[in-house]
Amino acid sequence: MTEQTPALRLEGIVKTFPGVRALDNVSFSVMPGEVHALMGENGAGKSTLMKVLGGIYQPEEGRIVVGEESVVMTSPLEAKSKGIVFIHQELSLAEELSVAENIYLGELPRKRFGLVDWDRLYAQTDEILQKLKVGFDARTRVGDLSIANQQMVEIARALTVDAKAVIFDEPTASLTDAEKVVLFDVIADLQSHGVGIIYISHRMEEIFKITDRISVLRDGQYRGTLTTAETNEDEVTQLMIGRKLDLRRNVSHHELGGVAIEVRNLSCGDLFHDVSFKVRRGEVVGFYGLVGAGRTEIAETLFGLREPSAGTILLDGEETVIHSPIDAIAKGISLVPEDRKGQGLVLGMNCRDNMTLPQIDDLKAGPFVAEGSEIAIFDQYRDRLDIRTPGWKQQVGNLSGGNQQKIVIGKWLSMHPNVLIVDEPTRGIDVGSKSEIHNLIRELAAQGYAVIVISSEMPEVLHVSDRIVAMYSGRIMCTFTSEEVTEDNLIQAISGITTDTAA
Amino acid sequence: MSNISGNQMGGFGSLKEEAMTRLSKSSIGGFLARQGILVAFAFFIIGFTIANERFLDPDNIMGVVRSSAILGVMALGVTFVVISGNLDLSVGSMMSFSTIVVLDLHDKIGPTLAIPAMFAMTLCLGAIIGFLVGYLKLNSLIVTLGMLSAIHGLTLTYSGGKNMDISDKEGTWFGVFGQGDLLGIPVPILLFALLAAFLGMVLAKTPFGRKVYAVGGNGVAATFSGIPRARVVFTCYLMSALCVATAGLIQASRSLGSQNTVGQGLELEVLAAVILGGASLLGGSGTIFKTVIGVLILGFIQNGLLLVGLQFYVQYVVTWIIIILAVWLDIAAKRGKLWSQIA
Repeated sequence: MTEQTPALRLEGIVKTFPGVRALDNVSFSVMPGEVHALMGENGAGKSTLMKVLGGIYQPEEGRIVVGEESVVMTSPLEAKSKGIVFIHQELSLAEELSVAENIYLGELPRKRFGLVDWDRLYAQTDEILQKLKVGFDARTRVGDLSIANQQMVEIARALTVDAKAVIFDEPTASLTDAEKVVLFDVIADLQSHGVGIIYISHRMEEIFKITDRISVLRDGQYRGTLTTAETNEDEVTQLMIGRKLDLRRNVSHHELGGVAIEVRNLSCGDLFHDVSFKVRRGEVVGFYGLVGAGRTEIAETLFGLREPSAGTILLDGEETVIHSPIDAIAKGISLVPEDRKGQGLVLGMNCRDNMTLPQIDDLKAGPFVAEGSEIAIFDQYRDRLDIRTPGWKQQVGNLSGGNQQKIVIGKWLSMHPNVLIVDEPTRGIDVGSKSEIHNLIRELAAQGYAVIVISSEMPEVLHVSDRIVAMYSGRIMCTFTSEEVTEDNLIQAISGITTDTAA
Repeated sequence: MSNISGNQMGGFGSLKEEAMTRLSKSSIGGFLARQGILVAFAFFIIGFTIANERFLDPDNIMGVVRSSAILGVMALGVTFVVISGNLDLSVGSMMSFSTIVVLDLHDKIGPTLAIPAMFAMTLCLGAIIGFLVGYLKLNSLIVTLGMLSAIHGLTLTYSGGKNMDISDKEGTWFGVFGQGDLLGIPVPILLFALLAAFLGMVLAKTPFGRKVYAVGGNGVAATFSGIPRARVVFTCYLMSALCVATAGLIQASRSLGSQNTVGQGLELEVLAAVILGGASLLGGSGTIFKTVIGVLILGFIQNGLLLVGLQFYVQYVVTWIIIILAVWLDIAAKRGKLWSQIA
């Protein structure tokens, strides 16, 4: 290997906050044309490191070297002018503006008198968009684009500067498998132009697919760099969390009880059509499909948030109509929603109050809330779910993603539902908590809950489900048992390739 | 064009990182951001006391509390509305309405019937707002700003534009709510204290109170938890109307006669008191106790300005300055800095 100058090098970065050493002598470098994964559990220091790199935090020690030049990042603008570009997990686009305006915001090409030169703007933008091979043009309103395409706009924006290094922060969190392929093509393209890429993700299969090297942080310390081709998931995981992880297909089966919920020919406008399935007590049924396949919408209909246009829902064999979430909860249906922060939790409220929210009317001592019972419920589910928090008074917004999700799960378990629906249970959650939540879902089934798991991650669906329902474009394509399912036929089903329906 | 903001980068909100942010707030700017109102209030008190030693006189203090009672009662109801994530700018003109109605009915049907009739009519107005904001999900700023004007029109129509006076001011017991004393405590203060204690319990201790916080903190998550968001918002506006009716009763009883515009401008003072107390305009935070503190701070500052010898009208400007200061500090406390380039 010839000696090359790294595109970006961090040397001995130290950043402390009062009482905490957030980054402790972290060094790592990205070569031009390299995809370098940065991994670590939540709280390991990835975000802090990126903030140092982005000029938001100033490190106490250490230096940042771009190419040959040692730089001091004083602001996000400074970082950008040095060719360091961030593609964020959460997008920051002006939805009402066109793609072109978003890409050149702040540096729109001008004509005389300071007027915007629209022709040149659109031409320039379309040129970039062509390189990305996207299916929309410069004039499209950003708000009309899918999340994946909005991300492409962010990437296009990165391409307008002479990027030395591009940082992708959880770029695939809300992308479908097909959209990921496009993203990976773009990354490969950047790579071939000699751009160094830092790729932050929790998703092992992606890391192993596209990265060249993997650097791991733990507790603010640099734990080492592995060459992707020479390592495996276990080694990386051990480096990250210091213990082994269990990632396999579900083989355990429980004694199944009666049918807890049955759906017959359920439709809801254009969202899903003619959907029929049953879930028995003790069974986990996974719903797998692309984003927009109608899975979340089915869950929302069962939870009374949407009104079905046709079809029937049976609970314990009895036909029923679910009018509202209140009605759904009363009938024993619980939903752990897709968007934890937006739908699952009141972030400004404490752990206890969040957990007891759905049953607050039942926890009364006279006219008042029985706080003792509330704390008892919180303690019970904190222990059972191993929720790590200093105490029930802690604001939920201060917890890590995994612990937040456990609060949501605890909230619904404490309602003792008959049917538990979990939508994307481990999105944005670190590896350790992820496997805990998977184990929990299996345990719940063992205890006789009927569980519906909606997930966009194949390993997750394979790992927890007894049966897997594959959806495509609002319809159920196939149902597989965990023994018969293969990755290939699952991918084919959710891409709309096969139509034969198994029982 | 650079969009690196703290929020976006903080996608991994871990315990430890949050602990760091909180600790990093322990700067002077951070302290001012969190305790700024109290610091400013302390300066005011010291300044006023130096300028006029009567400021800390027990009689003066009692006078301030007494004259703050009407504003305070209204602020209690608005606290519910603000915590639920909405605004109520109609309370001033609604209070004029209650005052005029109860004075008019006093002579027509007697005080015993006039009071419940006035409460019922005021609650109807609250129900209309509650329906529009809660069930139809219309923007509360627009709805209540419109109601401010509509109720003003309603009051003028009702009174024919004339001032309203009780004919037999000597022979009625109606003055007890505004002028009476019980065990040496003025009744307005007593009503304010009782209502504050009652509503404070409702907000802090009952399931309904918890729901108000949930709906204001995150309405979507509240809905996903089976909280009837519309009904909670509706009830908050009823509470606000109930408080306004009580304030109108005190006002009418105090003077036994009134102009049509008696409550004009109070909506902003009420809002100032609530925000001053620390309720966030974004909803989800605030307490009745803090609102009472906010009411008293506002009352003392206005009183101080008069004692220092400034014209009464200066307080309108000062109220505005206080609102701006309170809102600024509210935002500053969230980010831990008085000023920040990002967010």
